[in-house]
Amino acid sequence: MLRYALSRAVSLGLSLLVASVVIFAVIEVIPGDPAAYMLGMNATPDAVAALREQLGLNGTLVSRYLSWAGGMLTGDFGVSYTYKVPVADLVAQRLWISLPLALYALALSTLIAFPVGLLAAARRGGVTDYGIMGTTQLGIAVPNFWFAMLLVLVFAVNLRWFSAGGFPGWQGGLLPGLKALTLPAVALALPQASILARVMRSALIETLGQDYIRTARAKGLSRRQAVLRHALRNALIPVLTIIGLQFSFLLAGAIIIENVFFLPGLGRLVFQAITQRDLIVVESLVMLLVFAVIVVTFLVDLAYAAVDPRLRRRT
Amino acid sequence: MIRLENLSVTIHGAEILSAVSLDIAPGKVTGLVGESGSGKSITALAMMGLLPHGSTASGHAWLDEGDVLAKPEREMCALRGNRVGMIFQEPMTALNPLKTIGDQVAETLMIHRRTTRREAMEIARQRLARVGLPADRFPLNRYPHELSGGQRQRVCIAMAVALNPELLIADEPTTALDVTTQAQILDLLQGLVAEEGMSLLLITHDLAVVSGMADHVAVMQAGRIVEQGPTETLFRTMAHPYTRKLFAASSHQPARMPQAEDTALLCVDRAVRDYATARIGLFGKPGRFRAVNGVSFTLHRGESLGLVGESGCGKSTLTRAILGLDPLQGGAIRLGGQEIHAGPHLDASIRRRMQVVFQDPYGSFNPRWRVERLVAEPFHLSDGRPADMRDRVARALDDVGIEPGAMDRYIHEFSGGQRQRIAIARALITNPELIVLDEAVSALDVRVRAQILDLLARLQEAHGLAYLFISHDLSVVRSVTDRVMVMKSGEIVEEGPTETVFAAPSHDYTKALIAATPTIPADWQGEQHA
Repeated sequence: MLRYALSRAVSLGLSLLVASVVIFAVIEVIPGDPAAYMLGMNATPDAVAALREQLGLNGTLVSRYLSWAGGMLTGDFGVSYTYKVPVADLVAQRLWISLPLALYALALSTLIAFPVGLLAAARRGGVTDYGIMGTTQLGIAVPNFWFAMLLVLVFAVNLRWFSAGGFPGWQGGLLPGLKALTLPAVALALPQASILARVMRSALIETLGQDYIRTARAKGLSRRQAVLRHALRNALIPVLTIIGLQFSFLLAGAIIIENVFFLPGLGRLVFQAITQRDLIVVESLVMLLVFAVIVVTFLVDLAYAAVDPRLRRRT
Repeated sequence: MIRLENLSVTIHGAEILSAVSLDIAPGKVTGLVGESGSGKSITALAMMGLLPHGSTASGHAWLDEGDVLAKPEREMCALRGNRVGMIFQEPMTALNPLKTIGDQVAETLMIHRRTTRREAMEIARQRLARVGLPADRFPLNRYPHELSGGQRQRVCIAMAVALNPELLIADEPTTALDVTTQAQILDLLQGLVAEEGMSLLLITHDLAVVSGMADHVAVMQAGRIVEQGPTETLFRTMAHPYTRKLFAASSHQPARMPQAEDTALLCVDRAVRDYATARIGLFGKPGRFRAVNGVSFTLHRGESLGLVGESGCGKSTLTRAILGLDPLQGGAIRLGGQEIHAGPHLDASIRRRMQVVFQDPYGSFNPRWRVERLVAEPFHLSDGRPADMRDRVARALDDVGIEPGAMDRYIHEFSGGQRQRIAIARALITNPELIVLDEAVSALDVRVRAQILDLLARLQEAHGLAYLFISHDLSVVRSVTDRVMVMKSGEIVEEGPTETVFAAPSHDYTKALIAATPTIPADWQGEQHA
């Protein structure tokens, strides 16, 4: 197990190295002057030269990469050109909203999907199954911002249980913060839960057809016991893959939901940085998101090994 | 012990079993014999209350004074694994890959008895030791993937007999295993019956296996028991024509004339095949495993050469090298003087002169192609498709006894035997000189197998073919080959004319293989024609 984890960690480090080189190359090496690009058409040569100096564009390619990557490692992401504040502060601020929101949505999605997928698989071909399949199909097809608007209409405007948007910050305590994130998390979770429930169902149905389920029944386990004790864990591998992908998406892909609920999250920051041509922020954010995806993949790999003893031996 | 009375089962309206009546006596072995689809497994599943969805059962299955068929699911759960245990054909997939063998055996105990996990594990340890997996070599925390097929079947048996059930149902328990492993497992089952007073229902397609094991035999055909009785009497009389047919097919000897010429066709010269094994340590070098170790032999034109050995002996690896699918690490293989170099540069003419038929008639066809395209596929080895391609496909199909109208149908419309005929037609289409038959009849029922063996003998004579016949089934190899080679641990340990090797084996391993092969006692045969 330790060897497996180590080998995954080495592969994680290598992935990060390659990713950083690629991101650096795409933004710095592509034709055109980043400084001129950031300043737009009407920039004066002086302003461009000053920005070039600030961006450190005057060194060699290798020294620029090393100082950029070194800065990343020490938490120095540079200073945003538009916001005039360190990118690290900017990102940290936004991460305190986006990370809890992503985790919240993922938890909801998993909590909904597991029992629903299990139920559909257990009642395969029956009315319950058809109902669940239809509902989840709808959940995938309907865009999440529509859910968001519907939730606002029902729970904020009519019932007045939640506020329609904004974020009070965590300084007021955990509960007000979570409450503000609840509607966006639900809106994000519904389509994800629909996908996950369907994956769970098909993985379980495949597992239930396996010989070892028949063996378990021949030992005297009831259908329910066979599902819970033998099928569930075996069906988990494809489900874990999807959960990993969903987390990566939720972390930065919540931009529309963040807009609907006026949440200052990472998605909005990415959007603003791109429209304002703030390459320093874009570069750092892309690296950060790649880092998040790679780390999540690493964790999913470890989860595979925790679930499946056959993987622990492999390097 | 358990008495089936007019048991009938329909699945989605189709009758699968009709009026099956069978007595399974306590402490005895009852054999249930028949071909695939005859209803053997459904009979067993009906007794377990595990019939597939859409099944309806009528009649009775008396266990003591209760009718198993009438019991509610909750009572059936208490009965399964407790009073009736069951093991299945495929030990490789019958165990949950994510749970240790100890947990899986202990589970049987824990769901039926109020025991702690500790006590259950202790009993699991004893039961595993009883089935030949002692704790010092097979600790309870082993996972199924760390065990061989035979060892996994032992774990399945330990699970099934953990609570000393009154009846053990074994559904083709040794069909997927090698002969020597089969002999050990059958021995174990016999021991359990003798020592623990358990009844055994042994379901098999193999008459030789029941003849050596069962006290009472029932022969099943198309959902009916056509004949049953004490084993020896049944074998001596064979009252029902189906029993006689089954028996004749299982010992079928195709009429063939040795027609080997003196010219060499395939020369294997000190062939070596190595595999890389897992790395030791994070940066360690991968190890090497020598699967084929300096094998040399010559196959002559028109000859049938058998290659026998157990799984893992290297025969499949050797076959892949001969077919040019994997490169050699030493030595050479030549077909008609032309050296076979594996990889994309393998000469098309070599491929054309050598074709192969594999074991699995279900997995070796593209399900989305029509038969015409499937059979014509090897033409890509020639320069373009011949103009009379359709005629040639029709002729090849006709050669193997498939009507040419089948060309426009898909492969799922054919039975296993028909598919294997189509596979042979595909091999014949390029007029090869050598056909490699890699366990080509192992997945077939005895009667179908006999027909395919006849077909192969006829084709060999008509086309002057040479066969390399690879099989783990010694009796088949004996009946269709001129010469035989015995392979063990990557080496040919014995080689010679088939009859000589079988009648007077010189290597210990050959002797062990032949001794492990179940046979019907010679003096039980012959009276049925009187």
